[in-house]
Amino acid sequence: MSARVLIAEDEPNLVESLSFILSREGCVVSAVFDGESVLERLRSDRPDVLVLDVMLPLRTGFEVLKLIKTDPGLRGIPVMVLTAKGQERDRRTAEDLGADAFVTKPFSNQDVVDRIKRLAGA
Amino acid sequence: MLSANAVLFTALAYVALLFLVAFVSDLRSRKGWLALVRSPVVYTLSISVYCTSWTFYGAVGSAARNGLEFATIYLGPTLVFVGWWFLLRKLVRIGRIHRSSSIGDLISSRYGKSTSLAVLVTLIAVIGTTPYIALQLKAVTTSFQVIADATGTSLLGIPTRDLDIRTGFWVAVGMAVFTILFGTRNIDANEHHHGVVAAIAVEALVKLFALLAVGLYVVFWIAGGVPEVFALPTSAAVLQGSDTFGIRWVALTFLSATAIVCLPRQFQITVVENADENHLRTAGWLFPLYLFLTSLFTLPIAIVGLATLPAGSNPDMFVLTLPMQHDQSALALLVFIGGFSSATSMVIVASIALSIMVSNHIVMPIALRLPRRSAGVSGDVKALLLVSRRISIGVILLLGFAYFVASAKSDALASMGLIAFAGVAQFLPSLIGGLYWHQASKSGAFAGLLAGVLTWAYTLLLPSFEGGAIPATFFERGPWGIAALRPQALFGAEGVDPLVHSLFWSLGVNVVLFVAVSLCREQKPLERLQATLFIDVFRNPADNEARFIRRSAAIDDLYVLAQRILGAEQAHRLFRDFARKQGSRDDLPQPDTEFIAHLERQLAGGIGAASARVMVSQVITGETISLEELMKLVDETQQVIEYSQQLESKSQQLQTTARQLREANQRLKALDAQKDDFLSQVSHEVRTPMASIRSFSEILLSDADLSHEQSTRFIEIIHNETLRLTRLLDEILDLSHLERGELTWTLEPVDALAVLRRAVETCQGMADGAAATIAVNGETGPVEVLGHGDRLAQVFINLISNAIKHNTGPSPRLDIRSSVADRRLIVDVQDNGPGVAAADRDRIFAKFSRTWASDRPVTAGAGLGLAISRAILRRMNGTLDLLPDTGQGACFRVVLPLRQTTGTAVGPAAGEQL
Repeated sequence: MSARVLIAEDEPNLVESLSFILSREGCVVSAVFDGESVLERLRSDRPDVLVLDVMLPLRTGFEVLKLIKTDPGLRGIPVMVLTAKGQERDRRTAEDLGADAFVTKPFSNQDVVDRIKRLAGA
Repeated sequence: MLSANAVLFTALAYVALLFLVAFVSDLRSRKGWLALVRSPVVYTLSISVYCTSWTFYGAVGSAARNGLEFATIYLGPTLVFVGWWFLLRKLVRIGRIHRSSSIGDLISSRYGKSTSLAVLVTLIAVIGTTPYIALQLKAVTTSFQVIADATGTSLLGIPTRDLDIRTGFWVAVGMAVFTILFGTRNIDANEHHHGVVAAIAVEALVKLFALLAVGLYVVFWIAGGVPEVFALPTSAAVLQGSDTFGIRWVALTFLSATAIVCLPRQFQITVVENADENHLRTAGWLFPLYLFLTSLFTLPIAIVGLATLPAGSNPDMFVLTLPMQHDQSALALLVFIGGFSSATSMVIVASIALSIMVSNHIVMPIALRLPRRSAGVSGDVKALLLVSRRISIGVILLLGFAYFVASAKSDALASMGLIAFAGVAQFLPSLIGGLYWHQASKSGAFAGLLAGVLTWAYTLLLPSFEGGAIPATFFERGPWGIAALRPQALFGAEGVDPLVHSLFWSLGVNVVLFVAVSLCREQKPLERLQATLFIDVFRNPADNEARFIRRSAAIDDLYVLAQRILGAEQAHRLFRDFARKQGSRDDLPQPDTEFIAHLERQLAGGIGAASARVMVSQVITGETISLEELMKLVDETQQVIEYSQQLESKSQQLQTTARQLREANQRLKALDAQKDDFLSQVSHEVRTPMASIRSFSEILLSDADLSHEQSTRFIEIIHNETLRLTRLLDEILDLSHLERGELTWTLEPVDALAVLRRAVETCQGMADGAAATIAVNGETGPVEVLGHGDRLAQVFINLISNAIKHNTGPSPRLDIRSSVADRRLIVDVQDNGPGVAAADRDRIFAKFSRTWASDRPVTAGAGLGLAISRAILRRMNGTLDLLPDTGQGACFRVVLPLRQTTGTAVGPAAGEQL
């Protein structure tokens, strides 16, 4: 498969590891580092799946998620929320806002890959 | 055209009108239409019986002679009604519960229903009121005389020189008739004199109306306006009259305040005729307003009178002579009627009050001591009382007339009024002491009153006869030539105003004896009981009396007694009502203690507490006053007071504790929330490097096809992230130690500037990497502070590296300035970067408050740096702050106190010497 995945994450090391494991599975991966750039990129170069960190600079992941899910043009893009805050509250917030998957850090590479594949295939 | 006869007939017509008012009101009230006579307005108007012809005529005279002094007469009562409202309320409540028929009755009742005290108070009241009644007679006759002189007419053909005595006599007779007709209809004090009160209220309106009318006329017609009045040359003389606000001023204000409480007629109107305690509320503001209106035009009339009337005119008569000089007959007539009203209302009420006192406290006790002629006949006591009251009224007016004749030479109305005021002021210590001081005893009251009134008579009353009955040498040299006993300069107190002099000695002697004797002499049980019932009147209703006095009597004897005093009909009603209350169908109640107490109170309303007690005692077969119960009551009262005080302080304590607990709870909640926050942040900060480590480890584990470079790079990342984790955990532990105050390092003298230089050197490499320049300015020499070198360096390094890291400008620059001021070292670290966003200013010192930067280097801390720095400085008694935004980057300020030099005289600290 050659799903196009956009990673929104401000930790360079995580962007690198995610890019590596997803590219290895045949995905086309690109990355942005803050909340503002995500929305621009989604409109200019629409991906098949978005990996969205919650603690993003400029605009938090939850804000970005809300904008995506209320925008008719972007609503269809599956979003996997990635967070270091493993709390139940955040999971619920993500679900309420319409996240399609929720993964906490540290994550299992296999798990992330499986979920991305499922989201891209759907 | 005004003539003496026309005035006389108008006066007679006015009296007829008053008769009508009194008659109709009495009729209405007997039919039960009490709405009008029992209104608070009528009550207040009747209190204005305080304003006699003295205030009507004499106030202007007083203003013309002594300037603003006249105002004291209004100021005193106003102060009492506004500020001492609670005293009046207590008096009214006691008066109602104990059915006091006069001020003498109240005082005697308070001091164990003492007959002797009642007699003394009555005598003082009579002596004190006599000059006052004379004053009214004088005012009326003078006003007649003025009109007769001015109009050149004679009154009923009587020659003018005889006019004063004869008019005085006939005025006295007229007033006596009116008072007897409407003031002695019934003996029960609590059956109010509705007719009289209504007539007094009408008179109050008439005199106010007359004063306002003449005032308006004088100001706007004669003078031409308010400013014109005060532009008259005489205005300065009046306004700057003798020692206003001096000791005499204080004495007069005090006297008039005392008078409104102690004058028998004021007591009669305010307490005895009071129908409803709530009326006092209205009187509390309405009466001062009435006084204000009454006094409104006093000054202008005095000023205009002095300016326009011929020299030598009697200033007491300005109110009358001013309109007459301008041929305003109708106005002059109105003024005359107003003055006549003031005089008659005072005389009527005063003679009623005095006649009640005389008959209850003097005639009754004598009658009771006389051998019984026969078994009492129904209503005989009542008849005796009514007759004695009627005679008393005649005698009292006769006395007033006699004083009027004897003191005919003195011109001033005001001084006669003040003599009366000072006389009744002698009641004040016993009255106030009786209402508020448990130990005040009958002996004390008696001694104080007697000594006080004798001193008053000697120093003030006697001199008023000077030149008349008593030779002037008596006053100049003293009796038998003893200078120390001169009435107006006792014991060498010379040069003092006679009124102040008399007031000082009489009230001084009165108070001293009252207190001293009360303290020495033991109270009798009945005195103690009455003291408690009076002082705690709002806690103990009079019914409590039954608890302490056990008495028994034959019901028939009681019935006969009641009939004699109250009359058959009323006695029957009283007994029947009480029998119903006891639940009996019979018309006669059980003669138990409670009934006897009730009966005695009812009788007291008619004949006074002392006489009632004597009469009831005559038919009582056994009486014991339970001292034990009495002590219990006192104890209970004491306990209740103490208990409530304790409760109050307890509840205050509880409130304080509750508030402290609430605050503590809020602090704990806030701390708990902070802790949760902290943990969640720690978790986040740990999870992020962990995520990299796990992810790269899994890649290394699962992928065998990695190139050597790739694996090396991934391992390097893992290594870096573990270092980052370690740093994070170190910082957390460090901060935790600092915050808990666990010092692993000790404070020692450090050269802060040397430490700063070291820190700058350490950061130089980093600065070079970021192409940033660092400039250090300010102090150069050693500046010693108490601190820890490495820790202080950590703070500076943190600040400098932050400034470099967050400086995104094109040519990053750091300015570090040090200075010493106020025994403190100040180090500012200023950069030219973007500064700190307003929203972040408050939270950059909080933990994990890393502000986000898009190009955050891998070495970025966990956001604990500033929090740690601040904690370190706090350990060194210093501070770390972000200075207000100036738009030129961020500036952090470190402030550290200089080390105190141990020497004493060295002066400035090391830093300042250099």
